[in-house]
Amino acid sequence: MTMIDSGTQATPAEIKQSVAELEDEAITIIREVAAECRNPVLLFSGGKDSAVLLHLAAKAFRPGSLPFPVMHVDTGHNFEEVIKYRDMLVEHYGVKLVVASVQASIDSGRAVEETGPRASRNRLQSVTLLDAIAEHKFDAAFGGGRRDEDKARAKERILSFRDHFGQWEPRAQRPEPWNMLNAKIRPGEHLRAFPLSNWTELDIWRYIGIENVALPSIYFSHRRTVVERNGMLLSVGGPVTVEPGETPFEETVRYRTVGDASCTGAVRSTASNVEEVLVEVAAARITERGATRADDNFSDSAMEDRKREGYF
Amino acid sequence: MVLRIATAGSVDDGKSTLIGRLLHDTKTVFEDQLSAVEKASTRYGDGSLNLALLTDGLRAEREQGITIDVAYRYFATPKRTFVVADTPGHAQYTRNMVTGASASDVAIVLVDARNGLTEQTRRHLFVASLLGVKLVILAVNKMDLVDFDEATYHRIVAEATAHAQALPAPVVLNPLPISALLGDNVVDASTNMPWFTGVPLLDLLETIEVPGDHNVGARLAVQWVIRPYSTEHHDYRGFAGRLTGGSLAIGDLLRVLPGGQQSTVIGIDRGGVPQDTAQPGEAISVQLADDIDIGRGDVLVAVVASEAPIVTDRIIADISWMVDKPLETGSRWIIKHQTRTAKAFVSAIELRHDVATATHSPAESLGLNDLGRVHLNVSVPLVIDNYDRHRPGGAAILIDEATGMTCAALMIRDSE
Repeated sequence: MTMIDSGTQATPAEIKQSVAELEDEAITIIREVAAECRNPVLLFSGGKDSAVLLHLAAKAFRPGSLPFPVMHVDTGHNFEEVIKYRDMLVEHYGVKLVVASVQASIDSGRAVEETGPRASRNRLQSVTLLDAIAEHKFDAAFGGGRRDEDKARAKERILSFRDHFGQWEPRAQRPEPWNMLNAKIRPGEHLRAFPLSNWTELDIWRYIGIENVALPSIYFSHRRTVVERNGMLLSVGGPVTVEPGETPFEETVRYRTVGDASCTGAVRSTASNVEEVLVEVAAARITERGATRADDNFSDSAMEDRKREGYF
Repeated sequence: MVLRIATAGSVDDGKSTLIGRLLHDTKTVFEDQLSAVEKASTRYGDGSLNLALLTDGLRAEREQGITIDVAYRYFATPKRTFVVADTPGHAQYTRNMVTGASASDVAIVLVDARNGLTEQTRRHLFVASLLGVKLVILAVNKMDLVDFDEATYHRIVAEATAHAQALPAPVVLNPLPISALLGDNVVDASTNMPWFTGVPLLDLLETIEVPGDHNVGARLAVQWVIRPYSTEHHDYRGFAGRLTGGSLAIGDLLRVLPGGQQSTVIGIDRGGVPQDTAQPGEAISVQLADDIDIGRGDVLVAVVASEAPIVTDRIIADISWMVDKPLETGSRWIIKHQTRTAKAFVSAIELRHDVATATHSPAESLGLNDLGRVHLNVSVPLVIDNYDRHRPGGAAILIDEATGMTCAALMIRDSE
């Protein structure tokens, strides 16, 4: 009785139905937030969850166009393929793109670059994100967060309240009986909306397969020069430099998540299409964040700490 | 089909341990999660694997060994997919039980075999009944600490059955003796309790049949009006929302409430894809034959609905009060019902439910965690259903205008 069985024993019709129900729920959430909030924005990282989110948001208002812009918090540590992909999607959906730059936050002194071999710009994104929300007067930000990703996320509401400082207070969350969303806020406060709250990694991949959602090429197997650091494969080049004692090597890999290039690891994989990725995901014995995110392996409550500070 | 489960029990009844056990024994726990729990078990415990740490994710929860907030967990077996809302048992966090139960098919109520039925157990059974959760699994836990004693188990079940008779709405009790810590009757049948002839918890969850929703006829609370204004879709007006209550087809006649106008469905889109019919739960948009003024908050109702909703600005509802600030007669709140947001005035507090005895008494005000019944005057007419007949039409929340906090869950019973 394992996840592997459950991934393959459901009939295609049952899988389609369960994913369709998740789609209905997500579209309902997206429409509700769009209706209740004055100036929402959709956070787009170029990762698979935000790709699914954008796909759902477009469907929610079809044949009308997306009634809110899309924002990319750009760490400056990007995979080239992801930026290309982002610009392709913006064109495809005809949406307005806002880019909030972590480099600009560093240059203006709002954020200070971390140092050392484990330095990343992941945590700095919170500063840039909160500044951009204030600058553009966004009152709600859609994110692709899922409750199965992390134990702190598992506690978060669909519509999550942020105070004047952008902070999340897990002990003072608004109850959501019947998933009824309360979007009431005061000036300076904002909301984060998570339409994918109840999706799992498997659901995301099933949906990508059924709906033909386009993804950046790095989600599928390719050859890449990497170093092994703290049990993870980091792509050499850009922000990652080879440390003393490390030997770069070529490997067939793919990415399970896409984040800041300095702390997102690749996994050894030969999965070159959605079907092969699905088999891999169903058989996975390590969570996607555990396998690929150095930032979450820092401490037991790394995600909770970052969320409290205003992280995605 | 997905089975939605809410778990409830007093502090230390072992809810988190039970869920941890289900996740662990169904091999849903990933290796890195398990090693994180092993590390944390050493830090926060005696070093033996503490499965509760799989769900108690917040730092304060780990430090205090308690569950603070509802956590959602997902697991699957070859037979079914499950969503578990793990709801804290502290008296001050009963609102979380209401939240968890509101979206659940089944409630697992845990009882510590050493303590028997507590006020919390009775409260949880009462909440399940009030929220319309008709299936309750009474899991008598920690049987290992009472030497797997059959008589103890039967005494607790008899007490719970007697209490269930007095509840406001009937619930079906499915009792079973377990040890979440050791795994007895969770995934595998217990060898320590040969006297128990029922199936283990997981088998029960995999096979339990959930009664279908009552069919009242199609209802669509309008969330958003899709108006593309493009040359291609110049005259397109799609009324978007989630269909509830019954199915809908092109050609059906709908009435707009509270306005009262009628028109025929000429188009149904789901995610932008045209279809001829729609089923309850689907997020759709509907086009009508006539140009009628319809906006967010209006409800489209099948004219041939088997049960017509009531249009009223005076409602009677059971209420779960969720904040410190008390609810008093004459106080004013924001009410959100379906997609309509309005102002509400508390004209009367009819009673307070006594959850321990399943009786009620008069009340001047309601405090945190109180359950009662209130009469509200609403600033605009609402399109309501009795909560037990059609949940989406009978559910509402109250919001504090000053703080923005969600203060109450309402189960509408009638109009005044």
